[in-house]
Amino acid sequence: MLQQLDRVGGLRRVNDFVVKFANVNGSGSASANALFAKAVLRMGVAATPRNIFPSNIQGLPTWYEVRISEAGHIGARGGGVDLLVAMNPQTWDKDIGSIEPGGYLFYDNTKSLPEEKFRSDIVVIGVPLTEITNTAYTDPRQRQLFKNIVGLGALSALIELDPDVIRQLLAEQFKGRDKLIAANIQALEMGRDWARENLDCPIGLTLRHADSVGDRIFTTGNDAAALGAVYGGATVCAWYPITPSSSLAEGFARHCGRMRVDKATGTNNFAIVQAEDELASIGMVIGAAWNGARAFTSTSGPGISLMQEFIGLAYFAEIPAVIFDVQRAGPSTGMPTRTQQADITICAYASHGDTKHVLLFPEDPYECFEFGALAFDLADRLQTPIFVMLDLEIGMNERLSKPFSWDDSRRFDRGKVMTAAELEAGKLFGRYLDVDGDGIPYRTLPGTHPTKGAFFTRGTSKNRMARYSEEGVDYRDNMERLLRKHNTARSLVPSAVCRQSETPTPLGAIYFGSTSPAMTEADALLQDNGLSLDLLRVRGFPFGDEVASFIDSHDQVFVIEQNRDGQLRSLLINELEIDPKKLTRILHYDGTPISARFIADEIASRVGKVAS
Amino acid sequence: MTFMAKPKLHHPDLQKNSLGYTRRDYEGTISTLCAGCGHDSISAAIVRACFELELPPHRIAKLSGIGCSSKTPTYFLGASHGFNSVHGRMPSVLTGANLANRDLIYLGVSGDGDSASIGLGQFAHALRRGVNMVYIVENNGVYGLTKGQFSATSDKGAKSKRGAPNNDEPINLVGMALQLGATFVARSFSGDKAQLVPLIEAALKHPGAAFIDCISPCVAFNNHEGSTKSFDYVREHNSAVNYLDFITTKPEITAEYEPGTVQTITQHDGSMLRFRKLDSDYDVNDRIAAMTYMQERQAAGEIVTGLLFIDPNPQDLHLHLKTSAQPLNGLQEDALVPGSAALAKINAGLR
Repeated sequence: MLQQLDRVGGLRRVNDFVVKFANVNGSGSASANALFAKAVLRMGVAATPRNIFPSNIQGLPTWYEVRISEAGHIGARGGGVDLLVAMNPQTWDKDIGSIEPGGYLFYDNTKSLPEEKFRSDIVVIGVPLTEITNTAYTDPRQRQLFKNIVGLGALSALIELDPDVIRQLLAEQFKGRDKLIAANIQALEMGRDWARENLDCPIGLTLRHADSVGDRIFTTGNDAAALGAVYGGATVCAWYPITPSSSLAEGFARHCGRMRVDKATGTNNFAIVQAEDELASIGMVIGAAWNGARAFTSTSGPGISLMQEFIGLAYFAEIPAVIFDVQRAGPSTGMPTRTQQADITICAYASHGDTKHVLLFPEDPYECFEFGALAFDLADRLQTPIFVMLDLEIGMNERLSKPFSWDDSRRFDRGKVMTAAELEAGKLFGRYLDVDGDGIPYRTLPGTHPTKGAFFTRGTSKNRMARYSEEGVDYRDNMERLLRKHNTARSLVPSAVCRQSETPTPLGAIYFGSTSPAMTEADALLQDNGLSLDLLRVRGFPFGDEVASFIDSHDQVFVIEQNRDGQLRSLLINELEIDPKKLTRILHYDGTPISARFIADEIASRVGKVAS
Repeated sequence: MTFMAKPKLHHPDLQKNSLGYTRRDYEGTISTLCAGCGHDSISAAIVRACFELELPPHRIAKLSGIGCSSKTPTYFLGASHGFNSVHGRMPSVLTGANLANRDLIYLGVSGDGDSASIGLGQFAHALRRGVNMVYIVENNGVYGLTKGQFSATSDKGAKSKRGAPNNDEPINLVGMALQLGATFVARSFSGDKAQLVPLIEAALKHPGAAFIDCISPCVAFNNHEGSTKSFDYVREHNSAVNYLDFITTKPEITAEYEPGTVQTITQHDGSMLRFRKLDSDYDVNDRIAAMTYMQERQAAGEIVTGLLFIDPNPQDLHLHLKTSAQPLNGLQEDALVPGSAALAKINAGLR
């Protein structure tokens, strides 16, 4: 197949292309894939991998797509892939179809395939991986595992991925297990040697050392949020396994195991319970927070559906709770391993009756950490559930972000908790009294004082002194105070981030969460085509004043979301009384992450419509 | 309005316990349940047990779900924090509260609808985790607040007030508690204060998951001919295996009983339970035998009451989780926040 390298004029790009590995779930490809992405990063080139996987454990197709961009774009690019590493015969036809014209196909040609299985407009590179590994190894498990490393070796020669960097990473990964390091390096060299002897290296897609990574870190949003919970002082975690959020609770357990075990006693300064379901998870969180511990659960859409009644209780009885919602594609079971931003409405208005909740929208691991820690301060300050809205795209995929930072002088904001001394001194305590005019009452923790400050927490209506009351005047008084409290939250949640275009423009775009890098890149694409946008990244709900004034100051505002119904747009219309005509939906909801090309194309085509 | 404060006037000679509290200090507001409701007797038994055990009221947290039984925590321990949560979910809220502060005493009050129907899952899981608590089900076999529907503990063949028979098998909460590993399992009857008060006291002193199924007749909807949870029926079919006499940390005194009819169990904290055995063969430390015994007697139409099983050295959730001796809700930044230096190391590991 080597001759095709000459026949097709392949794409020529340096440090700017998309590689996709088509694998079989459970074949040991994951570690070789991760090694590839990490090696690109170590060369100083921004690499953003995405696991594309079915709801399955073993045997089904999975893909690992790596966006390589020296310019630093880490969102999905959109379009086809430039280099496909086809290791899964099951998905061959679909995979071949996904290659950009002029792109490259790398495959195992141990068994020859008929001509019609290929395309004439791509460059085909065959490497007999099975043959090489079958000759070199006798153990079937080794044959399978090292096939991935041999393949990586061949690939490294083809695209000039620095082998020293790979060797260094292998040495770090298997530190202290010299035999394993040597075996892996041997497999790597085997692939490199074969490629250099038999193929015309390099191909048109190449890597070179650059400096577009800087001091950035490479991690997942779930792990970052878990770390945020550690720094935010969470001591109780109750959760129920659900994709794509499980790794958040598991990450919390791992971090706590390292950093929250008391050295003197060996006891744990945390408690983690895998509950029997999501109802029990949130119940435990509410019980713990009622009793003064910082507590959280992590879940996804179906879990949020199950938690509705308890969320209403926490809202109405005013109990802090932190809920990490790592969103996936709904409704119902939906697509458990695909990404979406489709829980905005259900979280903003969770539970029956009049409710409104506080939401935070992190864009990357850095903000997952920041907002993860902040959520506990907000929950205690506002005495209400706080939702941290991740999604599968930022939750489960590793991506580059600013390094985490922490100010050691920072103290927890425990909110308005009346102490035994204050009660003893005769300070008036009414659980639902709005003493400060911000809608936030004082609470006492169980066990505080022998005779003062006890009250009965309930989901039923009550008066300012926490006594059961069905009087309309008491009910309304309480509901209005809850609204005041929600208003107070507007100034406490992270404010929206505005990025003004260099030239004045009547067009604005509002986006949030994992859409961020694709939006940034789309903005650059649009700029290149002469279209200027002002951007507003919403980071919290309730919306601050800056959101309304941004909309006010533009003629047309695009609201870019990853759901079908424009849920954030509805929230903007509903809460800020915006004229719906002013807000144009840009919606991406097929379960894949939104891409720069999609946003740019959609906005460009709508601007045409707007102008007409 | 259903909030009625009790007058605070005390008789000057009212007996005080060593903490200086009278029994009135353990009471709550005036009950709004029906006159003669079994639940009020249980509330009174809780008041008396806490008074006699000399527990500081504010160190008890009382939690409940939804239903007639779950309303009762307002009628006792007025100086304690209370939490009337959502239907069938008291166990999870209590579990969380317990995780946050292991130093308080947790009293969960529930009913048969709350625990055997909507909350059966949470009932089961709280017991199997060994949450240190007293879990009382005020069991009347009927939904009172919604006016007389059968609950899941209604016996098969029992008749509703209107004469309709219940065709479904009953859920036996005591049997489940035994099977699920509760380390203190008892059944009692709201009309038998002599049996109930010491059982509550023993359960409050038990450092593990203590469960009491308390048959508590509903005078409004389940106290008629044909009911198997009426006062008359329970009195006629009550088969007590033992009577706890008292609980104390003082040396035992056994002189007044026949040998072989009194058993003493010393608990982890040194407190001693002494009880009279009504069935001399019954062994309260044998979980398997307890299950068999109860099934046999139930088949014979008897309602077995008394302390059915106790593990004198129970384990609890905190032991399993190795949580710090200091309550989690009291830990501050120094114990919880790893700081910027640790974070710098984490950053370095992510490059």
